[in-house]
Amino acid sequence: MSASSETEAFVSAAPQGTFARFAEDFAESKSAMLGLVVLTIIVFIALFAPWISPTNPNDLLQVSILDNRLPPGTTGSRGIYHALGTDGQGRDMLSAIFYGLRTSLAVSVSSGLVAVSIGATIGLMAAYFGGRFEALAMRLVDIQLSFPTILIALLLLAFLGQGVGKIILALIIVQWAYYARTTRAVALAEKQKEYMDAAHSLQLGRLRILFRHLLPNCLSPLIVVATIQSAHAIALEATLSFLGLGLPPTEPSLGLLIANGFTFILSGRYWISFFPGIALLITIVSINLLGDQLRNVLNPRLQK
Amino acid sequence: MSAFVLRRLMQAVLVILVVTLIVFFGVSVIGNPIDILVGPDCNQACQAEAIAALGLDRPLVDQYLLFLANLAQGKFGTSYVLGSPTIDLILQRMPATLELAFSAMTISVAIGIPLGMWAGLQPEAPSGKAIMVASILGFSLPTFWIGTMLIVVFSVELGWLPPTGRGPTVDLFGIPVSFLTLEGLTHLALPAINLALFNMSLVIRLTQSGVREVLLTDYVKFARAKGLTNRRVILVHVLKNVLIPVVTVTGLELGNVIAFAVVTETIFAWPGMGKLIIDSIQVLDRPVIVAYLMIIVTMFVIINLIVDIAYSVLDPRIRLQRSAT
Amino acid sequence: MSAADTLRIGLAVEPSSIDPHFHNIQPNLQIARQIFDFLITRDHKQQLGPGLAVSWKAIDDKTWEFKLREGVKWHDGTPLTADDVVFSFGRVPNVPGSPGGYGAYVAGKKATKVDDLTFRVVTEKPNPLMLNDLSTFAIVSHKHGEKATTENYNTGAAAIGTGPYKFVEWVRGDRIVMEANKDYWGGQTDWDKLLYKPISASASRVAALLSGQVDFIDNVPLIDIAQLKRNPNVALSQSPSNRLVFLSLDSNRPVSPFVKNNEGQPLWPNPLRDGRVRKAMSMAINRPAIVERVMDGGALASGQIVPEGFFGHNPALKPESYDATGAKKLLAEAGYPNGFRITIHSPRDRYPNDAAITEAVAQMLTQIGIKTEVQILPASVYFTRASKLEFSFAFFAFGSDTGEASSPLNGMLTTFNPQIGAGAFNRGRYSNVEFDAAMQEALTTMDDAKREQLLRDGTAMVIRDHAVIPLHFQTNTWALRKDLRYEGRTDENTLPRGVTKAK
Repeated sequence: MSASSETEAFVSAAPQGTFARFAEDFAESKSAMLGLVVLTIIVFIALFAPWISPTNPNDLLQVSILDNRLPPGTTGSRGIYHALGTDGQGRDMLSAIFYGLRTSLAVSVSSGLVAVSIGATIGLMAAYFGGRFEALAMRLVDIQLSFPTILIALLLLAFLGQGVGKIILALIIVQWAYYARTTRAVALAEKQKEYMDAAHSLQLGRLRILFRHLLPNCLSPLIVVATIQSAHAIALEATLSFLGLGLPPTEPSLGLLIANGFTFILSGRYWISFFPGIALLITIVSINLLGDQLRNVLNPRLQK
Repeated sequence: MSAFVLRRLMQAVLVILVVTLIVFFGVSVIGNPIDILVGPDCNQACQAEAIAALGLDRPLVDQYLLFLANLAQGKFGTSYVLGSPTIDLILQRMPATLELAFSAMTISVAIGIPLGMWAGLQPEAPSGKAIMVASILGFSLPTFWIGTMLIVVFSVELGWLPPTGRGPTVDLFGIPVSFLTLEGLTHLALPAINLALFNMSLVIRLTQSGVREVLLTDYVKFARAKGLTNRRVILVHVLKNVLIPVVTVTGLELGNVIAFAVVTETIFAWPGMGKLIIDSIQVLDRPVIVAYLMIIVTMFVIINLIVDIAYSVLDPRIRLQRSAT
Repeated sequence: MSAADTLRIGLAVEPSSIDPHFHNIQPNLQIARQIFDFLITRDHKQQLGPGLAVSWKAIDDKTWEFKLREGVKWHDGTPLTADDVVFSFGRVPNVPGSPGGYGAYVAGKKATKVDDLTFRVVTEKPNPLMLNDLSTFAIVSHKHGEKATTENYNTGAAAIGTGPYKFVEWVRGDRIVMEANKDYWGGQTDWDKLLYKPISASASRVAALLSGQVDFIDNVPLIDIAQLKRNPNVALSQSPSNRLVFLSLDSNRPVSPFVKNNEGQPLWPNPLRDGRVRKAMSMAINRPAIVERVMDGGALASGQIVPEGFFGHNPALKPESYDATGAKKLLAEAGYPNGFRITIHSPRDRYPNDAAITEAVAQMLTQIGIKTEVQILPASVYFTRASKLEFSFAFFAFGSDTGEASSPLNGMLTTFNPQIGAGAFNRGRYSNVEFDAAMQEALTTMDDAKREQLLRDGTAMVIRDHAVIPLHFQTNTWALRKDLRYEGRTDENTLPRGVTKAK
C-alpha cells in the first residue's frame, strides 16, 4: 500500500514544474506583477467592504435623498465626507464602489467556480470515457460555443427573469462550455502520457484516476481560461445590467452603477458614472494582465 | 462533404426546435403581455378582449401547436405589440445590423492586423508595448461605456459626428445600405468604431502572438538565413501563417459582433434588429422573440458552416468528416 | 422646398403602429393626431373643443346628434361623410390582434347616419362622458379602411386621414416622414415636412438636439433640464402632466404577503387595513424632497387624483405635509410603536425615476420605524405580479386619458368588479361602499355641476381614508432649437403641428 501511494505521489508530481520556477517566470513581466498587486488590493476591498467603507450604501438609515448628487470632496448633511461624491440616491460613491466591487466579483467568482466544476467534470469524463458520451457532450459544447455569449445570456434572462441568482445561473450556463472544451483537449493529451499508464497499471479506481491524477495535470490551462473568463463575466454582467436585464438596482454592481450614472453624464455629474467606470476598468485590466502572463508562462510554445 | 453539410443542417433544425420550445414556454411563464400593454381606461372586459385577440386565452400547449402549424405554412406569427408580421419586422431591420457588423469587422481587421504585426515584430519597443496595452483596454472596457464616451467627445464636445441614427440609404442589389453616401458614413462612423474596438483588440492580440510564434519557427529562420529581405520574410512568410487563425477567429467572431450590436444599437439608436429584440424582451412580445431566435440561429449555423468549410480549404490538415463525428 | 421647412423630431418612444385603432397608447396617439382627425379635439390642457364634429345636441338622455364639419377632405381628395364616422365606430372594437384598443370608449354606443353630414349616437344609459369618449379615437376613412389590416396602415396604403399631415413613409426604428396637407381645414402650420427620428436612449436624444441633428425632442430627462436651461441654443417647454404617481396599499386582506413584524414573521392583522397606519405612512413621506432631489423640480407634489384645471379637481385637498414625528406618534397610537417590516415593489424604467422614487420612499419610511425593503422588477414581470395581487405596497402611475377625474377614480379606487368594469386597476383592492355609490351616480349624472361635485366629494372621501398615497404629478418637458416654441401638453403628446417659429 505504501509503495503504491509513493508511486502515486510520484505520478502526480512528475509532470508539474516547480512552483518556484513558475513564480520566477511569472515575475518577469512587470505589468503582470502590477496586475497581481492591484488585483490583490481589489479582492481585499471586495472581501472587507463592510468594514472599510465609510458608510453602508445599502442601509436605508445611512442614506439620505437630501444628500444626493453631491460632487466629490463634499461633506453631507450628516457630517459624512464624500471623497468621490454621492449618487442619485445619496449613496456615498466610494462606499457604493466598494460594495459594487463585492457584488461584481461575487457574481463572477461564484458563477466561475460552478462553471469550472461542471465544465471540467464533463470535459474530463468526455476525454476519459470517450464514446457516445464524449460525442454528445462535445456536440453540445460546439453548438453552445457557436452562439455568442451575450445572445445566450439575453435569452436566458428573457425567460428566467431577473435577480442575482438568475444572473449567476445565466453566467454559469454561458461559461461551462469553455471549460469543458479546454479540459477535454488537455485531458486527451494527458491521457497519452506515461503516468496515466502507470496509474492504470496500479489498478486505481476510475474516479480516483480522474480526479486525483488527470485533473491536477489539466489545471494550468484551466486557470488561464478561468482568469480571462472572470473578466469577461464581470463585463458581461455590467452590459446586461446596462441593457436593463441584469441585477436589480437596489444593491448595485459596478456595471449597474455605471449604467445608473449613464443618465447623469450630459448633466455634468460625471462622477456618478466615471468613478465606477474607472474601478471596473482597473479590475478588468488587472485580471487580463495577470491572465496574459499566466498564458505566456504556461504556454510551452512560447517558452524560450 | 455533402453528408457533413446535411448532418449539420439537420442538427440546426433540431436546435431551432428546442430553442423555440424553451423560449415559447419560458416567456409565457414570466408574465402576461396584456398586463404591460393595456392603457388606463381598459377595464376587465377590455382586457379579456385583448387577451382573446392575441390568442392568449387558450392553453399554452394549444398555442404552441398552433405556432408550429403556422410555421409549417411559413408563417412566423404577428407581433403582439407592433401588429406586423414578425418576419417582416426582423428582415426590415437586418440590413442595418449587418451593415454595422460588417463595417466593424472591416475596421477591426484593417487596423488590427497592421498594428498586431507591428507589435509582434517589435515586442520590446515602446510603440509595440503601447499597442498591447491599448489592446487590453479595448478588450476590457465594456462597449456601452466606450459608446457613451464616444458620443460625449465626438458629438457633443467636438461636434464632428452625429450621435445617433442611420444616415440616408441607397439600394445596393436591392438591399438598403448607408455607407455609400457621405452623410451615411458620418452616421456609421461612431457606432462602427464602437463595435469594432473589441474585435480590433482581439485581432491585434492574435496577430501579435502569431507573429511571435512564427518568428521562432525554423522556416522563418531558414528564410532569413537564405538571405531573403526582412520585408519579404514578413509579408510572405509571416503574414501568410498568421492569417489563418485571424481569418478563422474573425469569421467566428462575426456572430459575436452581430449579437453585441444589441448594445451599440441601443446607445446610438441604430435601427437594427438588436434594438428590436431588447424591446421585445421587455414587453414579452413572444412572437418576435421566437422569430428572431429562429432567424439568428439559422444565420449562425450558416456562418459556422462557411467558416468550417473555409477552414478546411485553407488548412488541408483539418478534415471535415472528423469534426462531424 | 428648403430644408428649413422640415421639422426634425427626436422621439423617445416610437409608435407601435400607424393604425390609429390598434393600441391605445400615447406614442401611437400622438402620431395619429398628425395624420387623422378626431370628432372632438383636446387642447394642450385637455379641454375639449370641436374637431370633425362642429356642433352637437342631446335629443334625449341617451341620444346625441352631431353635425360634421363641412368641406373636410381625405388626403386622397374624397369628402368626409357620416359613413366614415359610422365605419370608425364599428372598426374601433374590432381590430384583429389588438393588444388593448379604444373599445372601452365605444362600448354601449351605437352610431347611425342621418345624412351625409349628420350622425346620431345612442347610448345604453345616460353618458355624461360622451364628448370625452369621442375625443379619444381617430376617424378613419371608410373607403380605405374597410378591407385594411393594421399592416396596411403601417405601410401607408390605408393611412389616408384628414389630418394636417400626410403619411409619406415609416421605416421602423429609423424614421417616420410626413408632409403637410395643403388642403387642411384647420389652416397651415410652419412645417412642410416632418421627420421623426426615434431615439430611445435619453442621453443620446439630448445629444442629438445639442449637436443640431434634430430640432425638437420630447421626454427630456429631468436630470438634464437645469443644464439645458442654461444653454443659450436651446428653448424648453414644460407642462404638468395628468399622470399621477402614487403608492398602492394592500388595505383589504387580513394578512398581506410582504408585511412582517420586526422578527420577520407574517403580521396579523394586516396593519395596512388601519387608516392611521396608512396616514402615518403618507405623513412620513417628504414630497417636496422627492420633487426637488429626485425629480429635479420636474414634478408637482399631489394630494389628490387629478391636477388643477381638470374636471373633478378638489381645491380643498392639499398634499400631505411632511411630519416624521407626527407619523411616529400616529404609528404608536395604532399599536406599532416599533414599526414593522414591509417590502415596496416598483417597476424599473417604466416611469421617470420610478426606482429612485421608490428608494427615496423606503429611506423615509425606514426613518419612522417602518423598515422598508425595496424590490425593483422589470415591467415584464412587475405588472403581471401586481395584477395577481402579489404585492403589499407598490409603485404605480395613472394618467387620465379622458382628461377628467372619473376615469382614474373608477379605475384605481372603486371596488374591483368585473361585471360592471369597475376597479380594473385597483391593485390594493380598496373597497368603500359609500364611495362606490357616489361613483356610480357620477357616471350617469348628466348635469356637469352636480357631477363635478360628486367627483370632488368622492375624491375627498378616498383621500381622507388614505386609500392610496398620492406622491406627485409628473411634469413633461420638451426641448427645442432656440428659435422654436412649443406649448407643453398635459396629455404628454408630442405634436409637431404645435411647434412654431418664434417671431
